[in-house]
Amino acid sequence: MNSVGEGCTDLKREYDQCFNRWFADKFLKGDRSGDPCTEMFKKYQSCVQKAIKEKDIPIDGVEFMRPNKEKPGS
Amino acid sequence: MVKYFFSEADIKSSWDHVFSAFWQRYPNPFSTHVLTEDVVFRMVTVDQQLITRRLLTKTNRLPRWAERFFPSTLSRCAFILEDSIVDPVNKSFTTYTWNLNHTKLMSVKERCIFQESVAHPSWTQLQREAWISSDVFGFSRAIQEFGLARFKSNQVKAMRGLEYALTNLYGDVHQRPPRPAMRETKEAQKHLTPATAPQKPRQYV
Repeated sequence: MNSVGEGCTDLKREYDQCFNRWFADKFLKGDRSGDPCTEMFKKYQSCVQKAIKEKDIPIDGVEFMRPNKEKPGS
Repeated sequence: MVKYFFSEADIKSSWDHVFSAFWQRYPNPFSTHVLTEDVVFRMVTVDQQLITRRLLTKTNRLPRWAERFFPSTLSRCAFILEDSIVDPVNKSFTTYTWNLNHTKLMSVKERCIFQESVAHPSWTQLQREAWISSDVFGFSRAIQEFGLARFKSNQVKAMRGLEYALTNLYGDVHQRPPRPAMRETKEAQKHLTPATAPQKPRQYV
């Protein structure tokens, strides 16, 4: 699957692979030995957050599980 | 006015398979309308729950009658946020999904709760609710009906996509057509006036 940031797709896929392995083998089994994907996640996020800003995607300040009120121009 | 939709279904895979497959269901043959998928926030809470926010972009397909009246929306794809909480202790996965743009035209909010099935512990039960509304004067009923029809169609695709991922990952087999595999034990829809609109889901952070 592609990232919204065209240059971020490789970083995303690398992170996803790490996460999926950790999620199934560790997290769901209650293993709290820590997250091996932190560095990969940082690299991926730094790329994708930049792309989100550049494309003006309005995710800033949206509270967890709480849709915003309508924004102008929506 | 808000249209409310409710359905319950059983997925014939174990909860841990379903939870893992959830993250890996894109792309699949039923998701051609999903253009991009990104995790934009993720953390494990002190009580070992996984909180995630994903941003999806999707094509914004309108019926022809709507295209005539809302041409400007054609050029912009839809931005969707999906917030979720995985609780591995209680074996539950709750997602809340909504569109960020085109909200005046139509707002769709969906809450899904995946849980280990009580009746069949090797299965997973899914409860899905949606709230669909439109603010456009003179069109809102037609848009809500369209929205509900599209939501139902997308719900079937979402389920097929998840089952596709489950089969690829684990070889789990799900009964296929002529009857839909997803057994809809209950489906209900109704109009809601703003006064009876449901409570917002609990805020966790």
